[in-house]
Amino acid sequence: MDVRAQIAAVFHLDKCIGCHTCSIACKNIWTDRRGTEYMWWNNVETKPGTGYPTLWEGQNKYKGGWEVVDGKLRLRSTGKVRGLTNIFFQPYLPTIDDYYEPWTYRYQDLFDAPAGDDQPTARPISQITGQYIDIEAGPNWDDDLGGSPIYAANDPNLVGLSDEERAQLFQLQGLVFFYLPRICNHCLNPACVAACPSGALYKRAEDGIVLVNQDVCRGWRYCVSGCPYKKVYFNWSTGKSEKCIFCYPRQETGYAPACFHTCVGRIRYLGPVLYDADGITAAASVPDPELVEAQRALILDPFRPDVLEGARRNGIGDQWLAAAQAAPTYKLIKQWRLALPLHAEFRTLPMLWYVPPLLPMMGTVTEHGYRLDADELYAGLAERRVPLRFLANLLAAGNERLVTDSLAKQVAVRFYKRAQTVGDVPANKVEKLLARAGCSPEEAEQIYRLVAMPTFGERHLVPPFQRELAVADLVDPQTQRGEEGLGPRRRPHREF
Amino acid sequence: MLDLFLYGVFPYVALALALVGGLWRYFRDRFSFSAFSSQLLENRSLFWGSVPWHYGIVILLVGHLIGWLIPAGVAAFNAVPLRLYILEITALGLGLLALVGIAILLYRRAVNPRVRAAGTAMDVVLVVLLLAQAALGVYTAVFVRWGSWWYISNAVPYLNSLLVLNPQIQYATSLPLLTQLHVLNAFLLVAVFPFSRLIHVFTYPITYLWRPYINVIWYRRSRN
Ligand code: HEM
Ligand code: SF4
Ligand code: SF4
Repeated sequence: MDVRAQIAAVFHLDKCIGCHTCSIACKNIWTDRRGTEYMWWNNVETKPGTGYPTLWEGQNKYKGGWEVVDGKLRLRSTGKVRGLTNIFFQPYLPTIDDYYEPWTYRYQDLFDAPAGDDQPTARPISQITGQYIDIEAGPNWDDDLGGSPIYAANDPNLVGLSDEERAQLFQLQGLVFFYLPRICNHCLNPACVAACPSGALYKRAEDGIVLVNQDVCRGWRYCVSGCPYKKVYFNWSTGKSEKCIFCYPRQETGYAPACFHTCVGRIRYLGPVLYDADGITAAASVPDPELVEAQRALILDPFRPDVLEGARRNGIGDQWLAAAQAAPTYKLIKQWRLALPLHAEFRTLPMLWYVPPLLPMMGTVTEHGYRLDADELYAGLAERRVPLRFLANLLAAGNERLVTDSLAKQVAVRFYKRAQTVGDVPANKVEKLLARAGCSPEEAEQIYRLVAMPTFGERHLVPPFQRELAVADLVDPQTQRGEEGLGPRRRPHREF
Repeated sequence: MLDLFLYGVFPYVALALALVGGLWRYFRDRFSFSAFSSQLLENRSLFWGSVPWHYGIVILLVGHLIGWLIPAGVAAFNAVPLRLYILEITALGLGLLALVGIAILLYRRAVNPRVRAAGTAMDVVLVVLLLAQAALGVYTAVFVRWGSWWYISNAVPYLNSLLVLNPQIQYATSLPLLTQLHVLNAFLLVAVFPFSRLIHVFTYPITYLWRPYINVIWYRRSRN
């Protein structure tokens, strides 16, 4: 057993209001530079929808992630020999049109326009060429199902849905959608790292953050096609790849990442988990329906003495162990089994998990308004507004049981609490629901507490990173402090 | 006098620029080491340009290098006329491939507004120089026949004389004019290499072959 720590995250999808505050917070801090305008390290998609970049989930086009061939795990897009021979032209790379051409407006025209009968306008210009453009797409062009006959109807997660189920999903009266906020998953088996021929991408052993070393990156772009989530981006101005850095400068100084800190819906949970690095390859190689369970099994119980001892042997300090024991992520992922990883079938073992949304599954709109009925969860598929298969394709590598389990527990907690506060649910019904979900009243209480009214501190457990100790091995910390902050060697400049 | 400068002095100037400039850039500005791909911005004509160009030029360069390093072996190979013909035709084919490729790359660079916005003046200069080099090479292959033969009797002694700091410029000046330009342009390319994206030739990530796929870095201790 090789125990390592990883900052993991959980997003509670029922709580996301699709406000994009997270995306803006991230953009303002990290990707407000030339060459990065089109990048959204954090983005929020409407589901069903085709996402950003368009159809990123369909790996037939981009060939991201891993596949099992003859029992062995291998990259879908590249490999040692393929990587070194395909190098003059990347066959599976998305182009800027698969994202969108970034633009701004000529605001100055509003001030400089000569007096006249018409209102002056600020025309859009491309942030790449500076020329006028007609805006044809943007990173959220299908927000809230805008243009759904084109976008939502092409969602890759609709595979395996019957015509009836599809019709039901897009039925006007019952039209339903939910949001999917995405950042880099800081995977345990990162395809981006494996695909980089220069060895520029790496995973930090102490906290699991996946980064691109800008001085080692030679711009071959294998990471871009390698990442199945399309969370590595190519900066066309510097010729280097860039990606979500999990706000490590913030975390190292004790702050939550900006997208977590600003989240309006308070959907985001952050905290370290312990995992067994020896089991990574095996867990990533099992058949699709078993992937989620194998991945959960990698996450170790932070109260077990042998785990703690293994962690200490690997240099994980007591503060981290205490944080791992208190982390909301451990509870949501492993203890309560509420959260599921996004597209486990890409086999990168993502460490951002999602609590599947209950409301779009359950609720129905009737003449008397919105109605939520527990029995419906167990009724036939026809009753559901979002087919179970859709969520299972998205969050459980096709395993519907896992989604049902999580939803059943959420329902049980809701009715348990409703019985207490409103009092219109018979006690035997609550008991039945709890029993069916395998959830004790104490657990229901804890889930309610963490999901409905957590404090900022309960949601974000950032243990002390103590990177100053790491630096001390290499240089004198005072020297380091004195030399830091001189800025990038190439000043970011904005022309438009 | 001019010949002496061009063939006796300029090669050393070019080499010095390449060495000093290359080392300086490596140690002072490693961040800038990359091929500056523009595929994100345009990928259709890049395919038709980059693939033929690179396969053509890389194999040809290796051929030039082999001819220089083991001339006796090449001479022995060429002793059978059929083999000589095959070698010459292959080289011409590769030259044409490279020429078409670099012409497409230049067209793309000149015409596509996104590629233009992302590029620099040096990018254009470089591609023009390479286009000229490929064109002069193809000219030589067609009109100065049996290049793989006289390369051994002219180019190799000339290059070796440069190497031992005793330039024998008559080997170069006896070549036809356009072929001389091919030689001079080659030195010019050596000179611009560290100041252009040509440095990407030396970033070929061969270490990928033996490193483990997953790269985990420990900060507080080294792990073996
Ligand atoms: C060692 C093998 C080489 C590799 C792996 C390599 C790789 C690359 C790559 C990845 C690009 C970027 C293409 C893009 O825009 O996406 C590129 C561009 C280029 N390469 Fe190479 N290259 C090699 C050798 C050479 C050689 C020997 C030359 C010339 C002597 C050369 C000249 C160029 C030029 C001029 C461009 C820019 C094309 C343009 O965008 O206009 N390359 N190369
Ligand atoms: S999600 Fe992040 S860590 Fe995982 S493969 Fe993509 S870029 Fe790498
Ligand atoms: S800030 Fe929070 S609630 Fe708003 S879109 Fe982002 S994840 Fe959803």
